[in-house]
This record gives sequence, C-alpha cells and structure tokens, in this order.
Amino acid sequence: MPLEVLVVEDSSGDIRLTREAFRDVNPFIHLEVAHDGVEAMAFLRRQGAYAGAARPDLILLDLNLPKMDGRQVLAMIKEDEALKTIPTVILTSSEAEADVLRSYQLQANCYLSKPMHFEAFHGLVKSINDFWLTKVKLPQQDDGDEPEPGAHAGHEQGPKKSRGTKGEQ
Amino acid sequence: MTIEVLLVEDNPGDVRLTQEAFRDANPSVHLHVASDGVEAMAFLKREGSHTADPRPDLILLDLNLPKMDGRQVLAHIKADEKMKTIPTVILTTSDAESDIAKCYGLQANCYLTKPVQLPAFEALVRSINDFWLTKARLPQSQ
Repeated sequence: MPLEVLVVEDSSGDIRLTREAFRDVNPFIHLEVAHDGVEAMAFLRRQGAYAGAARPDLILLDLNLPKMDGRQVLAMIKEDEALKTIPTVILTSSEAEADVLRSYQLQANCYLSKPMHFEAFHGLVKSINDFWLTKVKLPQQDDGDEPEPGAHAGHEQGPKKSRGTKGEQ
Repeated sequence: MTIEVLLVEDNPGDVRLTQEAFRDANPSVHLHVASDGVEAMAFLKREGSHTADPRPDLILLDLNLPKMDGRQVLAHIKADEKMKTIPTVILTTSDAESDIAKCYGLQANCYLTKPVQLPAFEALVRSINDFWLTKARLPQSQ
C-alpha cells in the first residue's frame, strides 16, 4: 500500500530534491506537492480540483510560503478535528528559535531544519523515511474521525489494515 | 550539554532496558523516570520532591500506567501552554488503532510500539535518539 506524503513547498529546486531523495529511499511513497498554503488547504479539504485527493499519511510543511504562510497552514490543520491527527513535520530553512517554539506551540509533530548541502538533505529525507514512515505508527486513514463535508468514503485509500486486539484498556 | 529525557513507565524491566539502551546510544542523555502518571505530572510541574528537576527536552510516555493513565497525562501536557511544546512520544505495547488515533487526536508528537524482542527494542531507542535528539530541532527550555 503506497504511503501518501504531502509536501508543501514553493521552491522548485527543493521539490525536485525531495522527490529524488524519496524515490531513492522508498519507492512505495506517493508524493504530492502543494506550492503554497492555499493550495495545501484545498488539497487537504479536497476542494475544487482536489476532490479526489488522498488523505496524506504525513505532511512535510515549509514555513515561508506564498499566499498563506506555513504557520497559518499548521494552525488550520491542528484546529481541524478531521485533519489534526495527520502528523505534520515542519521542514524549513528557518533556524530561528522563535519559529521552532511557535511551531511546537501550534502542535507541529516535529521541526526539522533543511540542511544547505545536498548530501545532508538526502540524509535528512532518509531519516524522515526511516523514522516516520517505518518506525512510527501512523493513524489509519479511516480512523473514526468524522468525515469532512462532501468527502466520500470512496476517497479513502486502501483497505483498513487488520490489526491484533491486544490493545491496552 | 546533557539532554533531559523523562521516561514515564511503570514496568521496572522496561525502565532498565531503556536506561541501558540510552546509555549505549547517547551518553549525553540524562534519563529521569516517573513510574506513574501522578508522578509524571508532579515532575513536569516541579512539585513535591521534583522542585529541582529540569524541564525535559523529550518525554517518552507509556499508556498503561497506575494512578493516572498515560492518555490523561498526554491530555494534561497538551492542554498546558508551557508544557505543550515538549515533544511527547508515546511508547507503548498497545498497537490498537483506537489508541493510535486517540493519541494523535490529543496531539502526541508521535506513536511508537515497543517491540517484544530486545534487539528490536534497542534499535528503536537508537532511532528515537537519532531522530529526536540528533535530527529534530527541539524548543529551547523556557
């Protein structure tokens, strides 16, 4: 089952590097790109051209974006009952402590600074894959959240995995 | 510089394995242990015997805990303006979808299940160290 990753990034160079790095580390990832904050929210809410969009398993969110800033996108995701469970990783060139703190206050799942050099960037994408898409348990697509208005069950990607029942109670 | 990690875990065997795995993975980690949810909250609020304890850089939180459940601890942490910025990683034996969804709904930073076998558990602790304590930017203690 492919993993759906939404990259919200305006730099075409960074998009290309991210795409290539994911292709190298995990061919099962299906990468979607939103180039600004408005497009990211339309994608997540399946509006307009995105009516058939998959719900992402993970969001990689840049902070400095045209139209709607990444901080605003993050706030909107984490205020939305249906979207807040999607792990949202900040991936930005900003090293500012204020941005780190603000992102965690807005309940970013994690904050990563983009390294300048290609090799290090590639290594970081590998780390994201090894940790978030391999080790971490992600919420299932149909995890019991109330459906979004206008969203149909047919948009859900793939069958729900059957799991053991040894949950803690 | 030491990295302060709070482990909230009631099983002494798991506490010991986690301590040993962190000692191997990263000697800069200073691991504090709270063995139930009430003690975890006292540690985080620096109450009682915890007045001199540091603010953790990272919390590893089990779900099944005596006195106060891990889900309640998580809800308290993420409802508190000061504490909510501390990355809180769920580390539990539960792989129930309902627990995973509930914890992300309560804004856990991530959810990990404890492997049963020791080598896999040690590898997971290394992953936590490599990702959260090496790659991720953590907020500075306020």
